[in-house]
Amino acid sequence: MDFQTGVFYFLSAILIFASLRVITARNPVHAALHLILAFFTCGGIWALLQAEFLAIAIILVYVGAVMVLFLFVVMMLDINIDRIRQGFWNYLPLGALLGLLMVMEMGLVLGSKYFQVPAAEAMVPAGVSNTKAIGALMFSDYVYPFELASLILLVGMIAAIVLTYRGPKKSRYTNPNQQVFVKAKDRVRVLQMPVEKD
Amino acid sequence: MDAVMNFGQGLFGGAWPAVWTLVKIVLIVAPMMLGVAYLTYFERKVIGYMQVRIGPNRVGPWGLIQPIADGLKLLLKEIIVPATANKGIFIIAPMLAIAPALAAWAVVPFTDTLVLANIDASLLYIMAITSMGVYGIILSGWASNSKYAFLGAMRSAAQMVSYEISMGFSLICVLMVSNSLNLVDIVNVQDQGRFAGWGLSFLSWNWLPLFPMFLVYLISGVAETNRAPFDVSEGESEIVAGFHVEYSGMAFAVFFLAEYANMILVSALTSIMFLGGWLSPVGFLPDGILWLFAKMSAILFLFLWFRATFPRYRYDQLMRLGWKVFLPICLIWLVVVGVWMMSPLNIWK
Repeated sequence: MDFQTGVFYFLSAILIFASLRVITARNPVHAALHLILAFFTCGGIWALLQAEFLAIAIILVYVGAVMVLFLFVVMMLDINIDRIRQGFWNYLPLGALLGLLMVMEMGLVLGSKYFQVPAAEAMVPAGVSNTKAIGALMFSDYVYPFELASLILLVGMIAAIVLTYRGPKKSRYTNPNQQVFVKAKDRVRVLQMPVEKD
Repeated sequence: MDAVMNFGQGLFGGAWPAVWTLVKIVLIVAPMMLGVAYLTYFERKVIGYMQVRIGPNRVGPWGLIQPIADGLKLLLKEIIVPATANKGIFIIAPMLAIAPALAAWAVVPFTDTLVLANIDASLLYIMAITSMGVYGIILSGWASNSKYAFLGAMRSAAQMVSYEISMGFSLICVLMVSNSLNLVDIVNVQDQGRFAGWGLSFLSWNWLPLFPMFLVYLISGVAETNRAPFDVSEGESEIVAGFHVEYSGMAFAVFFLAEYANMILVSALTSIMFLGGWLSPVGFLPDGILWLFAKMSAILFLFLWFRATFPRYRYDQLMRLGWKVFLPICLIWLVVVGVWMMSPLNIWK
C-alpha cells in the first residue's frame, strides 16, 4: 500500500465516522460540528484526487460560510430530544425510501463503468491549473447551465427575503445614513446673548 | 545549503523531506510567535505615547522583557473550566482559533523563492483557511455557557461572515488584473508596467489602480481580525470581554496569540496583494525580504493607530458599512476593472 492509498483510507475512515456522528449525536451542535469535520475531510479526499479547486471551494463555501450560519442557527435553537424522537417510526418508511433512492443513484453513477455507460473522462492538459480548466469550461460549454444555476440561487435568495419580510417597520428607529452626515452645527446652536445690565 | 541537505539525507534517509518541511515550518512559526509577542509590546508603547503615557517601562530596559513576563505569567496561571461549560469544545475552541492563523502561512511568499508551498491556487487556499478562523470564536462563546460570551460569539460570527464577502470581492479584482491565483505571480505582475519601466515601481503596484479595493481590503482586514474599531465581539464596555470572558491562563493567551497572528497575516497579505510584497519601491534599490517586513510593519502600525484613534462602531453601523457601503463599492469596481481590462486603455498586458 503506497502513501496515497494510506492517506485515502485514513481520510475515508474519518469521513465515515464523522458522517455517522452527524446522525447519531444527541447534541445538535455536536452533530453540526461533525458535519463540518465531514466537509473538511471530503475536501482532503478531493485534494488527494488532484481536484484542488473543488477541495478548496468546499472548504471556502461549506466550512467557511454555510456551516458558520448553520451553527449560528443551531446554537440558538432550544431542542428537546424526546420531542424529536416522537415521530421516528412514522417518518421511517419515507426516510428509508429516500435513502434507498440515493443509494441507487450513487450506485448508478459510481458503477457506470460496469453498466457500459460511456462517462467522459476528465481531460486536463498538463500545465493547466485545475481552476483555469473549470473556469474555461464553465464559461464556454456549460455557460447556460451555469447561468441557470445562478438564476435559481437568485430566486432562492429573493424567496428567503420575501418569506421573512414582516411588512413595513412601524417602530421608530434611527437611520444610520442620516446619522453619518450629521454635522455639529445641525445639532448645536450657539447663541450670542448681550450681557444683561440693570 | 547543500551540506545541510546532504547531512540531513544521511541522518534521516527517506524521511528527510518530511523532516526538512518540519524544520521550515518551525523557521516560519517561531519568528512569528516572537513577532506576536513584540507586537503586543509595540502596541502598548505606541498607544501609550499616543495617549501621552510611557507604556511598559519596568521589566528590562525600556520594558523590553514585558511580553516575555506576560507570557510566563499566563503560562503559570490555572485554566479554569466553568462547571456548566461543554468541556471538550471549551478546550478545542482556542486551538481552532489559532490553527488557521498559523496554517495560512504555508503559502505566504517572503520572496519569489522563499515560500513553504508554492501552489497554484494559493490565493484560494488563503481565503479558505482564513474563513475557518471564526469557528474558534463561535465555539468558545457557545461552549462557555455564558450570556456575554454567547453574545460576543454571535456578533463576531455575523461580522466576520459579512466582511469576508467584501474581502473576497477585492481579492477577485486583484486576481483579475494579475491573471493568476498564485501569490508569487501576483507580486511579480506588480513589477511590470509603465511606471516600473521608469524606475518608479511603487506606482505600478496594485494599490494605485485598485485604490478603492485596497481600502476595502485593509478595513475589512481590521474587521476580520476583530480589532478596534470593529471589536464588538469583545466589547469590554458592553459585554465584559465577549467570547473569551470565561477563559483564563494559557487558553486565554491562545486567543490573543491568534488575534495578533491574524493581524500579522492580514498585514502580510495586504503587502503582497496591493503593495508589491518584496519589491523595492524604486528601481535603483534591490528587491528583498526587508521591503516586505517594512510594508508589514507600516500596516501593523496603522492597526495600532486605528485602535488609539477611533471609538468602537455601533453594531448596526458596522453591518451597514459591510453590506451597504463596501459590497456596492466592490461590485461597481469589479465591473469597472473588467471594462478597463477589455478597453484599449488596459494597463495589465
